[in-house]
Amino acid sequence: MEAIYAFCVGILTTCGFFLVLRGRTFTVVIGLTMLSYAVNLFLFASGRLKVDGAAVLGQSAEYSDPLPQALVLTAIVIGFAMTAFVVILAMRSRADQGDDHVDGQAPSSSNDLNASDKRNG
Amino acid sequence: MQHLPILPILLPMLAAVFMLLPPLSNSITRQRFFAVTIMIIIVITSALLLMTSHQQGIQMYILGGWQPPFGIALVADRLSTMMVLLTSILSLGALLYACAGDDKQGMYFHPLFMFQIMGINGAFLTGDVFNLFVFFEVLLIASYALLIHGGGKQKTKANVHYVILNLVGSSIFLFALGILYGTLGSLNIADMANKVRLLDEHGQALVKVGGLLLLVVFGLKAAMLPLNFWLPKTYAAASAPVAALFAIMTKVGIYSILRIHTVIFGEDAGALASIAIPWLWPLAVLTLIIGAIGVLASPSLRLTVANLVIISVGTLLLAIAMQRENATSAALYYMLHTTLITGALFLIADLISKQRGKAEDRFVSSRKMAHEKTLGIAFFIAALTVVGMPPLSGFLGKVLILQAAEGMTEMAWVWSVILLSGLASLVAISRAGTSIFWRHSKDSANTSSDPIHPMKIIAVVLLLSASPLLVILGGPVTDYTHQAAVQLHDTTQSVDALLIQGGNE
Repeated sequence: MEAIYAFCVGILTTCGFFLVLRGRTFTVVIGLTMLSYAVNLFLFASGRLKVDGAAVLGQSAEYSDPLPQALVLTAIVIGFAMTAFVVILAMRSRADQGDDHVDGQAPSSSNDLNASDKRNG
Repeated sequence: MQHLPILPILLPMLAAVFMLLPPLSNSITRQRFFAVTIMIIIVITSALLLMTSHQQGIQMYILGGWQPPFGIALVADRLSTMMVLLTSILSLGALLYACAGDDKQGMYFHPLFMFQIMGINGAFLTGDVFNLFVFFEVLLIASYALLIHGGGKQKTKANVHYVILNLVGSSIFLFALGILYGTLGSLNIADMANKVRLLDEHGQALVKVGGLLLLVVFGLKAAMLPLNFWLPKTYAAASAPVAALFAIMTKVGIYSILRIHTVIFGEDAGALASIAIPWLWPLAVLTLIIGAIGVLASPSLRLTVANLVIISVGTLLLAIAMQRENATSAALYYMLHTTLITGALFLIADLISKQRGKAEDRFVSSRKMAHEKTLGIAFFIAALTVVGMPPLSGFLGKVLILQAAEGMTEMAWVWSVILLSGLASLVAISRAGTSIFWRHSKDSANTSSDPIHPMKIIAVVLLLSASPLLVILGGPVTDYTHQAAVQLHDTTQSVDALLIQGGNE
C-alpha cells in the first residue's frame, strides 16, 4: 500500500511541477491544483497509513493520528481558496493583457508553445 | 492583561470584519477614521506587549487551554514583540499615506490592509509551525489582493508571477511540514527543538530534507538569491502604501529563518546543528551582489528602492549566517532601520512620481517639481540613511554588523561585500537624486502641480524620524536587540519556558 501511495504522490507532484513550469496560465493553474492534491495526500500520509483506524479513541481496536487529518482539512480549505483566486486572476490577466501567457505575451510567435516553456517568471 | 499577546492578531481581524459591515462599509471617511484609530490602538498594544515581555519574561498564550505541545501557543518573546511593534509603526505610516487618497483607487483597501497586518503579526507571534503556515497564507492572500489594488496592466502582470510563485512556495512549505511531522511527531517549535536531538540516523536525513525545504520557502519570502527575481517588479508595480507595507514582508521570511534555524536547527541540535549555514553564506553574498547590480541598473526610483530591499535582505542573511549573538543583535537593529526607511522611500518615490507628470519616477529630465524643497530634504535624509552615511541609523547598523564579523574566517567576505554594496547604492542613489532634482527640461516651466496632502507628509515624516530616533536612542535599542538575540540563541531557556512553565492562558 505504501509503495502505491508514494508512487501516486510522486506522479502527481511531477506532473504538477511540469505543468507549473509551462507558459500558459491555464496549464499553470492545473499544475497548481495537482500540486495541492499531492500535498494533501502527502500530509495525510505523515500520520502513517492505516486501514480501519478511527481518529477517535474507543471507536476501533486500532486508532490513527488525528492531527494530520486536521492539517489536511486546513490545507484543503486554503488550497481551494487560493485556486479560486488564481483562476480569477488568470482571467483578469487574459482580459488585461490580451494573451494568456504568464508574461503577458509569448516571447516569440504566439503559436510556438515550445519556446514559451520554462519562461514562467 | 493576560490576553495581551493575542490582541495584535485579534484587533486587526475584528477591525477588518467591522469595516465590511454596513455602518462602515459604505463610507470611506468613516473607514479611514476607524482604521487609523484601530491602528493607533494596535501600536499602543504592541508597545505594551513589548514592555511586558521585556520585563516579565516570555509571555505565553495558550489557545483554547490545550497545553503545549498539543495545542497551539502564541509566544511573545523579545524578538517577536519587537517585530510586531515594527510592523504596527510601519503600517501606521503606510495607512496614513493611503488615507490621503490611494485607498479610493479600488474596493476594500482598509479591510484587506487590516487582514494583512493580522497575518504578519500572527506569523511573528505563533509558536507552532503549522500555524505559521496558516498566518503566511492569511498575509499572502491579503497581499495578492492589495498588490492588484488600483488595477492596471503592470499590476496584473506582476501579480500573476507573485501569486503563482507563492502558491508553489506554499506547496513546498506543506511538503516540508509533512516530512517534519512524520518524523518528529510534533509541530510546536520548542517541542521540535527537543525532539531533533533524539533522532536516529534514518530520521536525521529526513528532517534535514524538511529543514532545508523550509529554508527554500522562507528564502522565497525573504527574496534570497535564486528566488528573488520576482521582487523588484512586484514592489515597483504595487501602489505606494502597499509597497511600503510590503517592506516588512521580506522580513517575515528573515524572521522565520532566524526562528526555525536558530531554535530548531541551532547549535544544540546534535547532528543537525546549523544545517542551513553552509547554504546561507554563499547565497547571502550572492544576494548582496545581485542587489548591488540591480541597484546600479535600475531605470526608475521605485525599482532602485526595490533593489535596495534586496541589498538589505542580503545584509541580514549575512548577519544570520554568522550565528553569533552580537551578529543577530546587529541584524535586529539593522532590520528596524531598513524596514522603516525603505517604507519611507517607497512613499517618497510615489510623491516624486506624482509631481513629475509623464516622466513619473524614471531617471529622465522632466518639468520642475512644485514642491522640490520638501521632497528634496526628505529624499536626502532617506538617501543618507539607506546608503549608510555617518550621522544616521544606516551607518550604525552597518558598523554593528561589520563589528560582529570581526575575528571570523569569513570576515574578508563580509566586509568587502557589505562595503561594496554600500558603494553601489551610494552611486545609484546619487544618480537618482541628480537626475530627479537637477535635470529639468527647460521649455516646460509649468509647475502648477497639485499640493501635497498633509497626511502624506505626516506619514513620510513619521517613518523618516525613525532614523534619527534609532541613533539618539541607540543605547537602549541595541541593549534590547542584544537581549533579544541572547534570548533567541539560548535555546534551552526558551524551550523550557515553552514546555514546562505553561503560562497564563
